[in-house]
Amino acid sequence: MSEKTALTLTINGKDHAISVEPRRTLADAIREDCGQTGTHIGCEHGVCGACTVIVDDAPVRSCLMFAVQAEGKKIRTVEGLADGDTLHPMQQAFMDNHGLQCGFCTPGFLMLAVGVLEREPDISDEDLIDVLSSNLCRCTGYQNIIKSVRAAAQEMRK
Amino acid sequence: MTAHTKGSGGDGMKWVGRSIRRLEDPALVRGKGRFTADLPAAHWVRFVRSPNAAGTIKGITAPDDAMVITAADIKGVKKITPMLHKFSYRPVGQPILADGEVRFVGEAIAAVVAASEEEAEDIADLVEIEIEDALPLVDSRAAVADGARQIHAEAPGNVILKGEVKTPGFDEVWAGAAKIVKIDARSNRQNATPMEARAAHAAYDSITGRITLHCTTQMPHLMRTAIADCLGMPESDLRVVAPDVGGGFGQKMSLCAEYVLVTWLARHLKSSVGWTEDRRENLIASFHSRDQYIALEGAFDKDAKLLALRADVLSNVGAYSCFPTTSGVEPLMAMAEMPGPYDVQQYQCVARGALTNTCTMAAYRGVSRPVITFTLERLMDKAAKAFAIDCIDIRRRNLITTFPYKSATGLEYDEASYRQTMEMAVEAINVPAFRARQQLAREKGEYLGIGFATFSERTGYGSPAFAARGMAITPGWETVHVTVDPSGFVEARIGSSPHGQGLRTTLAQIIADEIGVPPGMIKVVHGDTDTAPYGWGTFASRSLVISGGATLIASRKIRAKLLKIAGHMLEAAETDIVLADGKAKVAGTDREVSIAAMAREAYTQTHRFKGEIEPGLSESGTYDPPGTFSNACHVAIVRLDPETGHVRIERYLVAEDAGRIINPMIADGQVHGGVVQGIGNALLEEIVYDDSGAILTANLADYMPPTAHEVPPIELHHMETPSTQSITKAKGLGEGGTIGPPAAIVNAINDALTPFNVEIDTIPATPQRIRALLRNAERAP
Amino acid sequence: MKPAPFVRHVPRSLDEALKILADVAGDDGRILAGGQSLVPIMAFRLAKPAHLVDINEVEGLDKIADDGKALTIGARVRHAAFHKPVTGNPLGALLAYVARHIAHYPIRMRGTFCGSLAHADPSSEWCLTAATLDAVMVAKSINGTREIKAAEFFDGIMSTHLKEDELLAEVRLPLLPADARFGFYEFSRRAGDFAMSASLVTYRLDGGKIVDARVGLGGAEASPRRIPEAEAELNGKAAGDAAFRAAGEAASRAIEPLVDHQTDADYRRDLVRVVVRRALEHSLT
Repeated sequence: MSEKTALTLTINGKDHAISVEPRRTLADAIREDCGQTGTHIGCEHGVCGACTVIVDDAPVRSCLMFAVQAEGKKIRTVEGLADGDTLHPMQQAFMDNHGLQCGFCTPGFLMLAVGVLEREPDISDEDLIDVLSSNLCRCTGYQNIIKSVRAAAQEMRK
Repeated sequence: MTAHTKGSGGDGMKWVGRSIRRLEDPALVRGKGRFTADLPAAHWVRFVRSPNAAGTIKGITAPDDAMVITAADIKGVKKITPMLHKFSYRPVGQPILADGEVRFVGEAIAAVVAASEEEAEDIADLVEIEIEDALPLVDSRAAVADGARQIHAEAPGNVILKGEVKTPGFDEVWAGAAKIVKIDARSNRQNATPMEARAAHAAYDSITGRITLHCTTQMPHLMRTAIADCLGMPESDLRVVAPDVGGGFGQKMSLCAEYVLVTWLARHLKSSVGWTEDRRENLIASFHSRDQYIALEGAFDKDAKLLALRADVLSNVGAYSCFPTTSGVEPLMAMAEMPGPYDVQQYQCVARGALTNTCTMAAYRGVSRPVITFTLERLMDKAAKAFAIDCIDIRRRNLITTFPYKSATGLEYDEASYRQTMEMAVEAINVPAFRARQQLAREKGEYLGIGFATFSERTGYGSPAFAARGMAITPGWETVHVTVDPSGFVEARIGSSPHGQGLRTTLAQIIADEIGVPPGMIKVVHGDTDTAPYGWGTFASRSLVISGGATLIASRKIRAKLLKIAGHMLEAAETDIVLADGKAKVAGTDREVSIAAMAREAYTQTHRFKGEIEPGLSESGTYDPPGTFSNACHVAIVRLDPETGHVRIERYLVAEDAGRIINPMIADGQVHGGVVQGIGNALLEEIVYDDSGAILTANLADYMPPTAHEVPPIELHHMETPSTQSITKAKGLGEGGTIGPPAAIVNAINDALTPFNVEIDTIPATPQRIRALLRNAERAP
Repeated sequence: MKPAPFVRHVPRSLDEALKILADVAGDDGRILAGGQSLVPIMAFRLAKPAHLVDINEVEGLDKIADDGKALTIGARVRHAAFHKPVTGNPLGALLAYVARHIAHYPIRMRGTFCGSLAHADPSSEWCLTAATLDAVMVAKSINGTREIKAAEFFDGIMSTHLKEDELLAEVRLPLLPADARFGFYEFSRRAGDFAMSASLVTYRLDGGKIVDARVGLGGAEASPRRIPEAEAELNGKAAGDAAFRAAGEAASRAIEPLVDHQTDADYRRDLVRVVVRRALEHSLT
């Protein structure tokens, strides 16, 4: 154990005042201290991407950041994608194209794809596959994830 | 590229056969799924795991005032000891925490309990374990060699079971064969790697004394039975809940010692206790699979017709036997299903399970079939070469074409389309065009290859199939309770336990067609032993067939009752009533009554039925089918880089027949996912042990599931041969996608390797292995 | 897989960072920059630093400067900064091409150029780049500034000649001649995986002949380095298959191969032969 630090995390526009050890990863803090369990943890060493969130407009692995490093930054998680009852085009596309099965990797893929497309709306299909190779899915074989993200990219460009 | 034939349903069949969106998805895409690790707990567990593969525990030293549980603290807890009553099976027991001896790297020796996961891990780092090393046995051949050290007192020679079969007349046919073709196949070890690793959360209820165990499992009821048995507690005091489960693929159908201990701790502490497995633990200590050597010989007549098969299967089952299937799951499936889709009536097989100092083997999607299909399909390609005929031609001469067919091992094959799906694939891939392209490429020093895999997939088998294996537990039947409540909404409680397969949607489609309400009004409830009927869970490509069959039976009973009620309410003959669109209508009239009104009547106005109809609107169905065979032909086209050994899959095509398809979108998704796991199996994924029994692939950079970059677009073609052995006419398809790729891809690699005159019969066919073959060929004089 | 406890320090200035580093260096203190390599090894508890000096808030370390002779890259500059060329000099295109091969997009959002060098993974693309181009490492401590040539910087697998109280404050990459050509090729089994061998080459053509050849090799030995035997096969030769093959062969012979479960010594030599030649071939595209 080491001393805890009090800090505020701003997740989806809402402030969460928490107190954590410096070693607390952002992923653990989002889930356990802020109660936002939509962000999942799949490997804790930066390979699987299940924990991907958007921090100050960049999609990042939340297992490879410490919570204390995210103070003052704008954190976006899967819970913040929809606008009330209206799903984000990426969420809608995953539903329409069967881009998910067990749903465990889904929040990470959604945040990865949204994060990248917001930065690079005109990304080529080939580069998009490279981007999607950042995260692992064990159910879908990626076919319908790729289809979903391409469909959402069209929608997001409108 | 999916072409479905039209569903063959009658007038009422509106929902089955349609790609409706999944009812599971709205919560999951919002991050509102509920997974085990999402639950808060008062105490967290960290396991101290053995760094040694084999040895005797001489001492365990824990820091003062830390709570560290060892075998000595749980003396009354029974070992996990699954049982087979056949095949010279030696029951070996797995202690919940290593008791005196350790048998694999990663075996749990102690459990640290603390207020947080971080703190528990800090303490675990300080626990000192003194182990006196024994010589580890890692490879199955070493373990069964004469004089090898015995790993369990109960299993002499480290053979936990030995299955043998030989058909009468085998020797005579063998002796008369024109040609014998042989393969020594090696399948290396894999981990199913669900994206959610294992997790358990047990909470004690201080008022009732009951424990609620949330855990990520494919079979909640059997977990309850097994854990209650280990702990010697009444099952009624244990509620097991499988909430959302992040993939299982077989790894989550076996009982984990860790779940037993977490339950024990919650009872002991009278509190809530959580354990979330980390990825490293999952890779070294959950369950492994596919570590097999198969020597297979085929005896052919002069026309390349297969007459007889002889197989020697050696399956590395690891340190213990998995519950409930036992270590027999791989070797015995290999023995029973080796002949696959081919017409061959003479067969001899010896299948052994070898105990070793490695992580315990358990079922993984496809179980032995990816390995036996790989072996048999390599054999067929080798035979084609030996007879100087085309690899498609040899399959044409040998695939089963008349049904029902009884295999050399006594399995009854229902009607399938082995030959038709292959022809469909052959046409779609355009073999002549490929051969021309291949030739042109070779002239430029580029190497392409094509490979085929045809196979049968036994699915949806009930309890007799498990009884035939001599299993003490025969997880066969399923029960479903369908209730139309007084509001007119429908709830189906099922014993299956889906975790990504979309069963909430497909079962709702089946119910919708029977009782005439839309799927959106139907809630399928599963995974909670307090609310779901006893059932076996989701595994073995069974749920849609067996749970679907039970759902159909229960729904038909509901339908019959609705017709009776409608007859009463509309004063019409039952035979004149049509159920559709949430209503019962008298055909050819405008008289109708809503199902909601009938449901209300069934509960609240039963006096009107004058005793002719029982009150309520709730029915139960149970189904225990004999099993049905899906089939498919997979084709891979690969590009081989002979300088690096790298293989890129250029095209992958599947022609699949899984009987009637309930939801084509979901069916395709199952095949996609299976194929990509199969690609991992063929090219990438391998758990590597060193000689000391340590694992060199304990992270996801070294253990390599495919990413989006390594997979080609997968082209699907379908046929629908309705099953005669399944009342929904559906066959299972959960595993099929995984079965074909090692065979198709490695056959394609070998086709590409033809000019170099080398062959690879090992999976995964890694670049290092391929380069080693080519380098040796280059160096040869 | 939770990191062991540590004390985090958050300096706002370089001076403050160096002071803290001097204080904690002897007590297992380390720099935390992007964390994309350090945090995973902390999660596996292969590293348990007692102190982390988090330099993400330090002013002035996020600069990339081109002074006409060299490109200076500050300690906080992230991989993604190179996604588009940072200079019109051919070096900009080279860095952009190499950057795309580093791990995955989200990792490139956080990981830093200097952090990669300090971490010194034998497979690192940036370590290969620094070695090939003879980068100068600028190490700072409270005792002053020390410049270390790339050839003297790496010290085997995940080890450098940085002193424990030194911060790799910036790296200077010499600009390339305006007519320089470059080529890069790496081999890995999956997208984004660590390279099992990688090569970066630069050279100029003078009257159709290769001059100033640099052949860098990564992922093949304990540290990335230039391979003089391969360069000798190129200088003075026409840029083409014969010279490229000879360079690949020379590199393959010259190395002391790293060995792991997926790459034995023979296979590593095979890969080196190929990546060097293909990097050279890439230089012609």
